[in-house]
Amino acid sequence: MPVHQVVLHLLCLLTLPPLLVGIIVKVKALFAGRVGAPLLQPYLDLFRLYRKGTVLSRTSTWLFVASPVVAIVTMLLAGLLVPFGYPSAPLAFTGDLVLFAYLLGLARFFTLLAALDTGSAFEGMGAAREATWASLAEPALFLGLLALVRRSGSMSLSTVLDVSLDRGWGESSAVLLLVFVSLFVVFLAENCRIPFDDPNTHLELTMIHEAMVLDHSGPALGLILQGAATKLFVLGALVVHTILPMSRGSSVVGWASFLGAMIGLAVAVGVIESTMARVRMKRVASLLIAACVLAGFGVILTAR
Amino acid sequence: MTRSDEQDPGRDGNDPGALGGEGRVDPRAHEPGPALAAFRNGRSLALEEIPVLSLEELRNAVIQAPNGHGRVSALFAVPAADGFTLYAVLSCEADGLIRVGRAALAEPSFPSMTPECPQVHLFERVLAERWGLVPEQHPWLKPVRFAPPWSREPDLDPPLSAERSAIALEHPYRIDGSSVHEVAVGPVHAGVIEPGHFRFQCHGELVMHLEISLGYQHRGIDRALAGGPAPRTIPYVETLAGDTTIGHTLAHCELVEALSATRVPPRALSIRAIALELERLANHVGDLGALAGDVGYLPTASFCGRLRGDLLNLSAALCGSRFGRGLVRPGGVAFDLEPERVERIAKGLEATLGDVGSAVTLLWESPSVMERFENTGVLTPDTADALGLVGVVARAAGLDRDVRHDFPAGMYRLAQIPTSVARTGDVFARAYVRWLEVQRSGRFLHEQLRALPAGPVRRPAAELRPGRLAVSLVEGWRGEICHVAITDAQGRFAAYEVVDPSFHNWTGLALALRDQAISDFPLCNKSFNLSYCGHDL
Repeated sequence: MPVHQVVLHLLCLLTLPPLLVGIIVKVKALFAGRVGAPLLQPYLDLFRLYRKGTVLSRTSTWLFVASPVVAIVTMLLAGLLVPFGYPSAPLAFTGDLVLFAYLLGLARFFTLLAALDTGSAFEGMGAAREATWASLAEPALFLGLLALVRRSGSMSLSTVLDVSLDRGWGESSAVLLLVFVSLFVVFLAENCRIPFDDPNTHLELTMIHEAMVLDHSGPALGLILQGAATKLFVLGALVVHTILPMSRGSSVVGWASFLGAMIGLAVAVGVIESTMARVRMKRVASLLIAACVLAGFGVILTAR
Repeated sequence: MTRSDEQDPGRDGNDPGALGGEGRVDPRAHEPGPALAAFRNGRSLALEEIPVLSLEELRNAVIQAPNGHGRVSALFAVPAADGFTLYAVLSCEADGLIRVGRAALAEPSFPSMTPECPQVHLFERVLAERWGLVPEQHPWLKPVRFAPPWSREPDLDPPLSAERSAIALEHPYRIDGSSVHEVAVGPVHAGVIEPGHFRFQCHGELVMHLEISLGYQHRGIDRALAGGPAPRTIPYVETLAGDTTIGHTLAHCELVEALSATRVPPRALSIRAIALELERLANHVGDLGALAGDVGYLPTASFCGRLRGDLLNLSAALCGSRFGRGLVRPGGVAFDLEPERVERIAKGLEATLGDVGSAVTLLWESPSVMERFENTGVLTPDTADALGLVGVVARAAGLDRDVRHDFPAGMYRLAQIPTSVARTGDVFARAYVRWLEVQRSGRFLHEQLRALPAGPVRRPAAELRPGRLAVSLVEGWRGEICHVAITDAQGRFAAYEVVDPSFHNWTGLALALRDQAISDFPLCNKSFNLSYCGHDL
């Protein structure tokens, strides 16, 4: 991978995620008939939080401070494993997709611990929910990746996600479509979007992810929000690349199609959030199991 | 029983202004059961006409009330020369009569009626809190508003004094077990709402019991109203519950008119009904939007939020205040409606209700919304009836209960609104009843605005007559608002009792939450949308 592509990848990873959040918010506002916040509002919010002081509870330990740092670092590392506009990621090796999945798991583990560390009833409840749903989202992710691995015969994300028009859509369009839908559901669930969670709610009792970070403030909250935006971007890139053919020719076309697809994904999330309600908490499991089943079918199709 | 030879003058429909007439004991009021004085909504009775029963008889009357004789609308004590007089106000939907009985209470304790008649549980707790009257065998005796006692004797130590307990710490029901946990919410909430403390006893995500502790909004209005009418009385009443300004002020004014025998001009009755229905529309539309917001359904949430504002602006067009302050006054209304404004309000209403229709229809057509609304927070008719619930909540549980229909006063004697009832008792039913009422109130408003009676809008209210009791019931947008007043020898309020619909309905919310997911609490809570300050007074 050429150096300028690595720099471009890193720039993209560090600066673009909040924009994706801004697009979703804008789409929702337009659907509601409002002008809505400026597209760049998430950047201003982060800037505001990073300049603030932090309030720390006397009863919480180092875990509480460490978890936001872990959250953002793991997401940035995961972002180095997924290709963006160039057909390869900065870091690519056999088995990196397992690392990818467990970087997500590590971030979640620390977030759960920090939530339990506060001793608050809300945070404990949020942690219990997150752990439950994650145990169902993870199999769907692994099954989806397994189908892709079997299809491509490789164990590296960069190769697995390399879908060209003839080798991808020509040969195994059904597998790709099943995996795409399954990973899209995981993407919505992992990023706490409707129909799984309502990122805008102020009602603690209904929160999943938000309930776990209620006690964080200032720069720590800023790191958590940026980590969440990065997760949205990185998982979004994974979803987009399951069906987006990669350009082997000009890198401009590659980046343009990637960024266009990411904007399309954000708009799609905004439209979903504008047109449907959250599912009942106990139905979240059914949706995630459905995602597992779809990915499982994908695996079966590759076993011909 | 007193005179029963005269036909009720208001029943023939020709004399809507005869609000303040003498209360007559209705000829149909001769069912078996204890002898109580019976009269119509918005009338007054001389105190001598109210039979003095023994405590046992009054107790029987209250206990039997739910078996066909009515519902307990108010139960309160008034200090007497030796001890207290206990008054019970029962409202009976079957014959549209309000029954009042009283009994002397010499002892500072009495056998609780709650075990036999659960709907008085809060009234009895108020008796204990205010006067130190202990209802013996009350299963759930804890303070209601955490207010200082009203007792005249400083050394009398009431069982439930404010000094003894903090609001959030009083929880008699507790469930033990290794996997049972408690979630405490409030009094400070994340949204811009009133303070209240909710304590959930949970088993995982399942709520086994919810204990609601209120009292943070207690301002002492209940006590301040006695001794009136004073210049401050109307502002107090208008702020009993800020979103029910018209409802409470109307109940108060009808009470004053009943006590002073003031006849309200028909035009004022019509404008009052218009204001009351506009208040209902604005709140119901706001609630439907908020319900959509709680399940994360953006379109209806956004549009209803704006449309609620449009409807509040119609109230502002009526009287200059979006919440209807300054409009309803004893003897009529403070502002007339000239034809241009009638036209403007009618046009605005038509346009807004059209938009409301399309925004709300989206709810019923979205499977994801219906999945959340249906079978959430179910309240059975039996529970609703046993607790004496009122308003939208009771009608959603299948109880045919609407003051406008059962105890009509003012304009509602002439122009009826069909009662909107649903059967399922869940969040969907509570939302759907609101939607039915929006449509029916819209049609009612349309008729009223088209045919506004001519004439003056206010007659000066006379002095209150001494030694009388009056009850006025108004169907506010939440449900039955009950005001009861007793005048002393000088024509001042010797006692003034306010019962907001929320007072009855909060317990309904606690019971609707049993065996529900805790994550559905905000949705259930919104579907009840009860008032904190209306309960706390």
